[in-house]
Amino acid sequence: MLDFILAALRAAIPAGTPLLYGTLGEIYSERSGVLNLGVEGMMIMGAVSGFAAAQTTGSVWVGILAAAVAGALMALIHAFASVSLRVNQVVSGLALTMLGLGVSGMMGKRFVGQPLVVRLQPVRIPILSDLPILGVLLFRFDVMVYFSLLLVPLLWFVLYKTRAGLTLRSVGENPAAADVQGINVPFVRYAAVMFGGVMAGIGGAYLSMAYAPAWVEGMTSGAGWIVIALTIFAIWDPRRALLGAYLFGGVRVLQFRLQPLGISPNLLNMLPFLLTILVLWLSSGQAAKRRIGAPAALMTAYSREER
Amino acid sequence: MTSALAEDTPTVVLRGIVKRFPGVTANDGANLEVRKGEIHALLGENGAGKTSLMNVLYGIYHPDEGGIWLDGQPVTIHSPQDAIRLGIGMIHQQFRLVQNHSVAENVVLGLREALLFPDQKARAQILELSKKYGMKVDPDARIWQLSAGEQQRVEILKALYRGAKILIMDEPTSMLTPGETDELLHVLRRMTAEGYTVIFITHKLEEVIAASDRVTVMRRGKSIATLETAQTTQRELARLMVGRDVLFRLDKQPVEAGAPVLEIKGLHVVSDKGLPAVVDLGLEVRAGEIFGIAGVSGNGQRELVEAIAGLRPISGGRILVNSKDVTHASPRARIEHGIGFVPGERWMALIPGMSIADNMILKNYARPPIGNGLFLDQELIGAYTDGLIEAYAIATPDRHTPIKRLSGGNIQRALLARELSGKPALLIVAQPTSGLDVGATETIWQLLLAERERGTAVLLISDDLKETLSLSDRTAVIFEGQIMGQFATEEADLEQISLMMAGALRADVRLEIRN
Amino acid sequence: MRIPRIRIEKRLSTPRWLPVASLIVALALAMLTIAVIFYVLGVNPIVAFQRIFRGGFGSAFGLRETVTKSIPLILIGVGLALAFKGRMYNIGAEGQLLVGAIFATGMQRFFPTWPAFLLLPAMFFAGFLGGALWAIIPALLKTRFRMDEVLTSLMLVYVANEAVKYLVYGPWRGTDTRGFPITDEFPAAAQIPSLVGSRIHYPTLILAILFAVLVYFLLARTKLGYEIRVTGENPAAAHYAGMDYQKVALLVMVISGGLAGLAGMGEVAGIHYRLRPPEAISPGYGFTAIIVAWLARLNPLAAILSAFLFGGLLVGGDAIQIALNLPAATVQLFNGVILLFVIAAELFNQYRLRLEV
Repeated sequence: MLDFILAALRAAIPAGTPLLYGTLGEIYSERSGVLNLGVEGMMIMGAVSGFAAAQTTGSVWVGILAAAVAGALMALIHAFASVSLRVNQVVSGLALTMLGLGVSGMMGKRFVGQPLVVRLQPVRIPILSDLPILGVLLFRFDVMVYFSLLLVPLLWFVLYKTRAGLTLRSVGENPAAADVQGINVPFVRYAAVMFGGVMAGIGGAYLSMAYAPAWVEGMTSGAGWIVIALTIFAIWDPRRALLGAYLFGGVRVLQFRLQPLGISPNLLNMLPFLLTILVLWLSSGQAAKRRIGAPAALMTAYSREER
Repeated sequence: MTSALAEDTPTVVLRGIVKRFPGVTANDGANLEVRKGEIHALLGENGAGKTSLMNVLYGIYHPDEGGIWLDGQPVTIHSPQDAIRLGIGMIHQQFRLVQNHSVAENVVLGLREALLFPDQKARAQILELSKKYGMKVDPDARIWQLSAGEQQRVEILKALYRGAKILIMDEPTSMLTPGETDELLHVLRRMTAEGYTVIFITHKLEEVIAASDRVTVMRRGKSIATLETAQTTQRELARLMVGRDVLFRLDKQPVEAGAPVLEIKGLHVVSDKGLPAVVDLGLEVRAGEIFGIAGVSGNGQRELVEAIAGLRPISGGRILVNSKDVTHASPRARIEHGIGFVPGERWMALIPGMSIADNMILKNYARPPIGNGLFLDQELIGAYTDGLIEAYAIATPDRHTPIKRLSGGNIQRALLARELSGKPALLIVAQPTSGLDVGATETIWQLLLAERERGTAVLLISDDLKETLSLSDRTAVIFEGQIMGQFATEEADLEQISLMMAGALRADVRLEIRN
Repeated sequence: MRIPRIRIEKRLSTPRWLPVASLIVALALAMLTIAVIFYVLGVNPIVAFQRIFRGGFGSAFGLRETVTKSIPLILIGVGLALAFKGRMYNIGAEGQLLVGAIFATGMQRFFPTWPAFLLLPAMFFAGFLGGALWAIIPALLKTRFRMDEVLTSLMLVYVANEAVKYLVYGPWRGTDTRGFPITDEFPAAAQIPSLVGSRIHYPTLILAILFAVLVYFLLARTKLGYEIRVTGENPAAAHYAGMDYQKVALLVMVISGGLAGLAGMGEVAGIHYRLRPPEAISPGYGFTAIIVAWLARLNPLAAILSAFLFGGLLVGGDAIQIALNLPAATVQLFNGVILLFVIAAELFNQYRLRLEV
């Protein structure tokens, strides 16, 4: 039993890592009031850019950088459309997902079937990695996993305990109030959306550079949509994103291993989405909205003239 | 500045402020002098220019002419940021607070201070400030947990925290209960004792008398007079507020008013924020008369008309139309009962992107003959709309034109055309000529008078006192949701009216109603 | 860093020609952008465009395939035009399509011996019902609990996805399918007839066009359609006129969901004659239909044309897979870029942009 749990964790963590990156980014984006349905497109563009860059330069770090830039550029389009032009955020995000899926296939064509020339090596942590069972199972992940784990408390801290985080949250709750206090609302939203894009890109890069590692067309297979669900499931809090990412990731990866226990993999896969609807329902009441809930100004464009 | 200021150099001086907008001059050479440590009231009715003047002081507007001096030094204020830097803070009528955040988080929002734990340092200072001036505030409380009065204190704290020495407050008591108003006054007095200066905008005479040291009355963009509060009376202030404008007497046919069409008894309506907006209100409008309700906007007029039209729930009282109780009737049923409603917010009753024809059938689409079974009788709609366009001389290329393309006057004509074509027994019309030019205003007035002659009961709500007094046969004044007095317009005493509008006089409400 | 503020001013009047002109300009700019993207990625844009458009429209075979692919796009596009007109953003049409497919498959499983003239209509009805039920969930959540229908309908897409997988890998897996996750072939009575020599399952096509016309008339000529239009454009005015918002919201969702369900039925009974894994049944018709509706400016009749265009693009995608060895998903590029330019163009109809640095 213990073996099974440890094995499950061992599998869930890498599976959840791209989800974690994506969710942390989307949390920041939505916290500023902008819904980004383009995460799937940004993740896949990150995956292909990362793979392509790493493959051609032989450097993992260049790959990650390329992925981040790809995500950021796509997010810039979304930010421009949603914040400056104030078009429908839903449609703009969907368009970017389609764009990403279309372009990535073309970009990655020549890399299909190629093994990655450089690998992210598992990191050796002194003492911990050498523990008999725990060491092998839990402490031999690569640096991107550990970085994502570090990001969780860091991003949580920034969000709730710093001036920048307060500004971000205020823009997402009441942009008019923030504007009146001299905050540059469009700038904050651009920054948040682009951060989301960077994170989505890096999450995608993890898939193609560490998890697989390979490039396969459409390899995100809906991870971006799970990120959207996860953001709600985490109730826009980085800490809960950690829990949710490994949970959803674990479910995805373990769905077949649980089959012998009589749990249908498909019903299991449904669970995250159904749970998300549940969370949406719980946070929809007026009273609940106060305590937990979406940023009040999510999906609403802001313009000073309409103040 | 180390040289001593003369004792009586005012701390804030605005001189000759002119601010024009397309179509209206908000400030026409306005002046203001405020002394340090005083509470100064800025009194006037709608459109007097008080809010514009303060917006100039706070940097929201740039004056076209005129200057500002602070403590004797000329200053230019380009933005609220400049104003804040100069020690001016503004507390608006609508609070700008983030509901989900704490008091401390709201106070420090936007300040370039602590990068980490920004609200920590603030908490200490907030507690200190709040104790000093008698404002009980818990820095960790969430805004949604606070009452309106407490939220206002947060706004005050925001200004104080940023070093404001001069506080501008826009209609500070509009959202407060009487108890909270008293508390606010205590706080302001303690602050001015410490050298803070307060300017508050108001239209309520009682407030001026109770709270201020001096008062400046504004009218039509000009400053009329500045008086020591202790040395003036409500009567005098009221007279100054409204002036001796010649009333615009229109050519009205004498019409014998008929039976009451609208009867309201003991009406209670609550505002969006849950505060009482209409309180124990009763009135009667008869066939063939225009009954006008005068008052400064924001005293419950909007809630009153929405309640009569069925767009807002009623928490007490009864409404009868032609003796039928419609108190809880749906909006559709009320339309059936013959209520026509032209709201002050025009776009609440029109669909800007849809054609004139589509807008004209908004109320009668469901019934025959326009609504024929499942379908709309397109031909009939066309004829109907064309008929209305002609009858009401609506200037438009054709009936398919999206209504938003029409000029303001024509839009209003179309709206009235629609409401009137239903031959309503009762027509409620709010702000009928707001934003319209002189010609359009004339036309609308003629239309309303024509309805009156036809025997329709017309309930008119307007911020423009002249309009109300010119058109109506009988007038009532509303203040804080209550009728302060009713009278035949011919016998209108301007002084009394202005006192009522400012809350300082309440005549026996049972004046004109038949027993 | 100064973000150039774009001052957006409402246009005082929109010249008649502007919406059409801006649409054409948008499409042209979109094509240009796509060409640039092709070029940058090392694909000859002229060749690519040629193959794509010739693939979909340049041959009899291509045209037939285009019509086939446009059938579900018309159905869903029309439904979405209706829903969006009523301000209900039904992003979950893909899921409603799948549930419609499930219901239709279920129907033929329950009544395999029925003759075609009974079974097919019953399956159509079942498909509609499945999609409608799936759409009513987010609709009710919106009207009862004010929950945003974008997110709820989207989540349900993935639930539907898993439901299909569950059925084809599990209880409904066929007996003679050599282990493939597909159902047994539908009995002949449950197969929608196609035009000879093509895959065009014409009864569904006729239904699709019929519905396009019906929905058009619904919106333009009926009382209900009027209520939908008013509620969608100005909810305040709808309230003022005493219209029932809940009725409108539920109805448009039911209809758009039902139409998507019909599309699902059409795919499984008209093309595959089986229920298969979701990606085999629909290459994202539910999402592509969003663009179909948007490009058609929410006009049901224009949606037929728009569906034809995007159907052709999908066929073109298959074509360049063969010709240029590019993934079929490449045509998603068209979807994304066209959509972006179309929504930007709409902006120009309403507003004038002024750059303020």
